[in-house]
Amino acid sequence: MEFGLISLLNGVTYGLLLFMLSSGLTLIFSMMGILNFAHASFYMLGAYFAYQISALIGFWPALFLAPLLMGVVGALVERYGLRKAHKFGPVPELLFTFGLSFLVVEIVQLIWGKAVVDYRVPPSLSGTLFTLFSTSFPVYKGFMMMVSVGMLVALYVLLTRTRIGLIIQAALSRPDMAQALGHNVPRIFTLVFGGGAALAGLAGVIGGNAFVTEPGMAASVGPIVFVVVVVGGLGSLGGAFVASLLIGILQTFMVGFDYSLLDLARSLGIHLQSSPALMRLSVTQLAPIMPYALMVAILIFRPRGLMGARES
Amino acid sequence: MSAPSRMAGRTLLGPIVRGVSQAWAGWVAWAAVIVVVVAAPLFINKSFFLSLLCRIGLMTIFALSYNMLLGQTGLLSFGHAVYYGLGAFATMHVLNAVHGGIPITLLPLAGGAGALLFGVVFGYVTTRKAGTTFAMISLGLGEMVASSSLMFPHFFGGEGGISGNRVTGKGWFGINFGTQLQMYYLIAAWTAVCIAATWSLTQTPLGRMANAVRDNPERVEFVGYSPQWIRYLMVVLSGFFAGIAGGLTALQYEIVTAEVLSDYTSGIVILMAFVGGVGSFSGPIIGAVLITILQVAVASVTPAWPFYFGLFFLIMVLYAPGGIASIVAEHRAVWRAHLLSRLLPSYLLAALPVTLLVAGIIAMVEMAYATVNAVERGTAELHILGVPLDGAAALSWVEAAASIAAGLFLLSLAGKKVSQGWQDVSAVLRAVAVETGP
Amino acid sequence: MSTLALRLNGVCKKFGRATILQDVTLDIPAGERHCIIGPNGAGKSTLFNLISARLPTSAGQIELKGENVVGLPPLEINRRGLSRSFQITNIFPNLSVFDNVRCGVLWTLGYRYSFWHRLGKLRDARERTEQVLEQIGLSQRRDTLAGVLSYAEQRALEIGITIAGGADVILLDEPTSGMSRSESDDAVALIRRVTEGKTLVMVEHDMSVVFGLADRISVLVYGKILATGVPTVIRANPAVQEAYLGKSLSRA
Repeated sequence: MEFGLISLLNGVTYGLLLFMLSSGLTLIFSMMGILNFAHASFYMLGAYFAYQISALIGFWPALFLAPLLMGVVGALVERYGLRKAHKFGPVPELLFTFGLSFLVVEIVQLIWGKAVVDYRVPPSLSGTLFTLFSTSFPVYKGFMMMVSVGMLVALYVLLTRTRIGLIIQAALSRPDMAQALGHNVPRIFTLVFGGGAALAGLAGVIGGNAFVTEPGMAASVGPIVFVVVVVGGLGSLGGAFVASLLIGILQTFMVGFDYSLLDLARSLGIHLQSSPALMRLSVTQLAPIMPYALMVAILIFRPRGLMGARES
Repeated sequence: MSAPSRMAGRTLLGPIVRGVSQAWAGWVAWAAVIVVVVAAPLFINKSFFLSLLCRIGLMTIFALSYNMLLGQTGLLSFGHAVYYGLGAFATMHVLNAVHGGIPITLLPLAGGAGALLFGVVFGYVTTRKAGTTFAMISLGLGEMVASSSLMFPHFFGGEGGISGNRVTGKGWFGINFGTQLQMYYLIAAWTAVCIAATWSLTQTPLGRMANAVRDNPERVEFVGYSPQWIRYLMVVLSGFFAGIAGGLTALQYEIVTAEVLSDYTSGIVILMAFVGGVGSFSGPIIGAVLITILQVAVASVTPAWPFYFGLFFLIMVLYAPGGIASIVAEHRAVWRAHLLSRLLPSYLLAALPVTLLVAGIIAMVEMAYATVNAVERGTAELHILGVPLDGAAALSWVEAAASIAAGLFLLSLAGKKVSQGWQDVSAVLRAVAVETGP
Repeated sequence: MSTLALRLNGVCKKFGRATILQDVTLDIPAGERHCIIGPNGAGKSTLFNLISARLPTSAGQIELKGENVVGLPPLEINRRGLSRSFQITNIFPNLSVFDNVRCGVLWTLGYRYSFWHRLGKLRDARERTEQVLEQIGLSQRRDTLAGVLSYAEQRALEIGITIAGGADVILLDEPTSGMSRSESDDAVALIRRVTEGKTLVMVEHDMSVVFGLADRISVLVYGKILATGVPTVIRANPAVQEAYLGKSLSRA
């Protein structure tokens, strides 16, 4: 019970963080038709920017400045890199973002070194929010939830209630028509790419200190975000939301569930003479491959993804 | 740049795949290559060079197998290390299990067969989709296999990997592959076989239909073929060749660790194929040779080599998406039309700014590296080709920045000259084509 | 009714709530040259997409040589002897003209997914390809990349790929669209040549092409067949004249 509730809360926090990443990725994909393989690198850069800025002027300014800076970096990448690669077709475009993801890791190592940097939760946000039975739930996790839900609401309002949001929606569904109406679609692309990068940056700001800020953080979260997008259905924001929470919660539960088939057999009173490796694998050990296994299952049984519209 | 064109692009590889002609000159070149390969150890019989040449051979096979997907079928895979790595592990297990029961010469086939089996299973999942989704799924599967490697230490040997001994007996006529020289000839022979086999494959009905799938998968369905089945077969066959490369890797190094399955391995094969040029058959070979040599050469002088590789890759993607093979092919056409003299002046003009730019970037990167590691190094000072630099001194950074800025500015001027020259030359080439055309 | 090449019975197509095709019923006997005309947006291309399974059919039966083919994928329909061209040129741009046509030949000749035959040694494939190239007048351009051909040449190649496999039911979607008068005349002669002895169903806007080529004509208006008949009957049909381009019909 206690394990269940705490895991659920932790899982939702993690899931929301995944959604902050997958939503930006989805937005960029549906708008520009390209998948940004460097999206997780933007998340990492956001964390490093936040680390640097909070070391200089504190966490709260960093919460706003780091995503902003990330947005500018994203816009520059789109304007001077992606747009050029686009002329050569989808493969160079994908390869550009893929190569960028490698380069960002190297840049981060050049500037901040290979070790973990000391990016901490600010004192004003450390401490315990509440205690459930005997496990405490930290204030910072609550803060993370608040920021991600706040971002979600802001994104929703932006897309449905503002003029620029309507243009973005129009450009999403019919870029040719939006351009015919006199909207500068390339500039909107830059804006959307920058916005997506800023979202990833924000996720980095609040995720970097909750977990660890190190050069490997992009590689550890990147593939999972892709899995989220495939499982949810390519191009579907709703699907990305459901899949983010699903994977976030599932993985959190699995990490905390340290039992193997052997333990199960033992608790059922079965004593085995030999114990093959597969029997001794605990659920915890299986947690890292769960998202991929889920992706494979989805591809076999529901190739569109959970809520995907397009079949391809 | 208009929005519709952004959304278009049904032909995945558009301008990358520009026919590089495989004329009779090719045969002469191949014959020369064979002579060089056979004779090479006579001149540089040092184990360092031999093992470098061996690595080139392995990587050639690996890169060619990759290009069966990207260049020939239009499938962008980010997880090709899966087949290479599993081939390596399979070979090592067979080597340790049979104790010489199978001749070492044939052992890479075990890697090929193992990878082929995995291709039959994984390919079924990945090829359910094409295009961008295929790329994502291949990445996901690659990660899955890489993270499984730590979960099944019995098969993957955990952190330490698994090792074996390729010398299993006296062998025929004393050929037991105990020496690097014997291993070199084994790898050279397998490389030749694999080049011939992958080339032959491009000349078969399946190979040609794979090209058709790359160009226009929809139309393929209306001439009676299943694009999905073609992709599947190509993934399986490409896995086979990647597995052979992995098998040779296992024999060459006599140890296999989880690194062969990593995203880094998948990345390096993309780098080789793309830099060499995916639009022609020989492109990936050029890439494998060049990148492997660069890897050794650059890594020996700077620990920041992955940065330079990443930057080099991005520049190639943005400015030469056809790779070296297409640069060579274009210049050969210009050379044949006796027009090279129109390009050379602008090239010479561009050489100075490029040097400034490169020097500035190298200085900055090396200073950054020296500064970050100043504690271990004891100093942030360094020398590049005799030029003293200090990562702790503002002046050095200003100098480097000035060099980059000047380089960029002058390059923007020289760049105009170069593109002007190319416009002239291609106009003439087109006119010639019309005159001598049908 | 085994002499029917194609039989449509109550074929419907809906996109969401919009009905594009409604109760289309049409019999096309083997060997007939049948043209489908109608104003823009009448659903002609959609009808082709249903017959060739590019789009799923909402309701009704489509019989190809007596066999119901609704629900089969495009490649199965192609293997059963129906081949189609596209209104927007749909070729393999980075393959040579020769290879484009050869791609259309390989399946029918039984080479399937072979990776043990050498293309260069397949005499039957080469001869059939050369024959098609001769028919479509592109023999001189055989080694050119298809992507750099002129528009009219690409349209000819489009037809070449379509007929290469030797299908006996050919669907051509506006083969002369965007062509000049003389190009269009050449195209008609080409179509006549390559569909000799076959069943041809063609969507066409150019009335002189239609009346010069068709054995029978169907008029499709707002997703319904308004009339089907021999050209003289169609020309004289007052409903057709009223509904669709009366003037150009009588002039043609």
